[in-house]
Amino acid sequence: MSSNSVSREDNHSYRFSLNLSRALAYIFLVFVTILSLFSFYLLIINATRSNNELQAGFTLLPSGNFANNLVKALTDTSLFSIPRGLLNSFIVAASSALLTTYFSAMTAYGIHVYDFKGKKFIFTFILAIMMIPTQVSAAGFVQMVRGMNLNDTYWPLIIPAIAAPSVFFYMKQYIESSMPLEVIEAARVDGSNEFRTFNAIAIPMLKPAFAVQLIFAFVASWNNFFTPALIIDTSDNWTLPIMMSVLRSKLNSQNGDLGEVYMMILLSIIPVVIVYLFLSKFIVKGVALGAVKG
Amino acid sequence: MDKKRKSVSYAKWGYIFIAPFLIVFIVCQLIPLASTVYNSFFENYMNGLDQVGPNFVGFQNYITLFTPKNGNIDILNYAWNTMLMWIMGAIPQLVFSLLLAVIFTSARLNIKGQTFFKTVIYMPNLVMASAFSMLFFTLFSNVGPVNQIIQAMTNTTFNFFLDPMATRSIVAFINFLMWFGNTTILLMAGIMGIDQSLFEAASIDGANSTQVFFKITLPLLMPILLYVAITSLIGGLQMFDVPQIITAGSGNPQRSCMTLIMALNRYIGSGSKNYGMGGAVSVVIFIITGALSMIVFKSMVQGGDKPKKAKKIKGAVK
Repeated sequence: MSSNSVSREDNHSYRFSLNLSRALAYIFLVFVTILSLFSFYLLIINATRSNNELQAGFTLLPSGNFANNLVKALTDTSLFSIPRGLLNSFIVAASSALLTTYFSAMTAYGIHVYDFKGKKFIFTFILAIMMIPTQVSAAGFVQMVRGMNLNDTYWPLIIPAIAAPSVFFYMKQYIESSMPLEVIEAARVDGSNEFRTFNAIAIPMLKPAFAVQLIFAFVASWNNFFTPALIIDTSDNWTLPIMMSVLRSKLNSQNGDLGEVYMMILLSIIPVVIVYLFLSKFIVKGVALGAVKG
Repeated sequence: MDKKRKSVSYAKWGYIFIAPFLIVFIVCQLIPLASTVYNSFFENYMNGLDQVGPNFVGFQNYITLFTPKNGNIDILNYAWNTMLMWIMGAIPQLVFSLLLAVIFTSARLNIKGQTFFKTVIYMPNLVMASAFSMLFFTLFSNVGPVNQIIQAMTNTTFNFFLDPMATRSIVAFINFLMWFGNTTILLMAGIMGIDQSLFEAASIDGANSTQVFFKITLPLLMPILLYVAITSLIGGLQMFDVPQIITAGSGNPQRSCMTLIMALNRYIGSGSKNYGMGGAVSVVIFIITGALSMIVFKSMVQGGDKPKKAKKIKGAVK
């Protein structure tokens, strides 16, 4: 009887401490959520306010100048044209993403399916260079690009995407876990040639990995600032990150229309945020998958 | 015989399939890397509109890089700035991520709405760093909302971008905000990889959650924590977008936010095209990252083998 009451009391204090830690956990989670979202909230609010309203003071409530700012941001061509930047960034990011995923999958497939001399060496080599940042070869790369007169074009931003060691590694892991060699053998027996087997049979099997890597590659290229800033010279060809740096430099020396500035920032991040909101489940899973395997 | 012929012709396909990757890699990365190193031994830059060099100068670029100018060795200052801003962001990042990963994976807490929270904390990672930095610049500028609040409370303004530690803190905070979600997900994967029976055994033995964390989770998470820390350090060494935008490329106040890659960008940018000095800076960065990468590579090779072995043993027992 007495032991029973002790255990009930134990249970009671256990439940209390569990509820307390659960409450603390939720409070922390809410805090972190606010931390993550607050700056974006301010960005959206400020994009709805006119320059005068922004100068006058701080508020957390939206105002009615969203459309005004949007028209200004889209039509202002004094420094650059934002619609042009959106288009340029899209061209570069979409092409890089397609090349990265397709050729990384092709390389991973080549290493997984075929046996050839030097395969092990090449695989180890690609793994070893995975961590080396592209910046360290940038000096030679920029010099080469300028030597070939390819500066101010998108080729030097798009073509290198064919060789992406980390995407290759991801694809290799995925192929190993999901593609039995029997399927390829069967296709061969049916008379399919090697390229057709890869394009028509292997790629559909790799769809989930393709989707994840397409998104990551697109976002990485969309956000890339370092290399484009060294290669793209004229404002017509600038991508959005370069435009952001030009906008920043301008605010250094003079005040601009802040409502318009906030709107330009919003316009350059909104495409990725929208894609993310639709595909977030997928993306977060993709990160975790890379983590388990990488 | 038939078999032999087949395997020979398939080997050819292997080379064909990896050819585009290897060719592009060699042309766009390996050759540029070699020419970067080669150039670091030459004097080669634009002086106004005049091309100087290329003239072979031996180690002169490296000597210039490490020779004190007005009592300062700039490159060491830039390395220090980079490390400092990385540490200022990485420490809270690891603490937050560890805490969040433990909360999310705790069976005892059984947190609801995990998908929502994970989606939210990961989002800043995908946002364009340059736009995000531009946003923080406007928020903290003299006419920005932060200063409007300070003004309302104290009747003065505080110029964040004239104070070295304030500017560094903003850079570090942006890096923290962009990366803690990513790190959380990596650490969660690590915690979920720990054998669940260990947690059960500990709770049967009456261990409380603090004990479980310090005696089981943390020690077993060490390899992944090390991996996360080193990859974060390698990422930190490449720090560029955020301080470049925040300081409009100047690295000011007093070049306290100038990072190694910002210095590289200055040398090889279209203004000076100084491929000699740029090459020397690149080689220094390459050596540091190369050493760190070796550690990651080794830990990955080990980490890749161990679980497989463990699985095999388990399978055998079953």
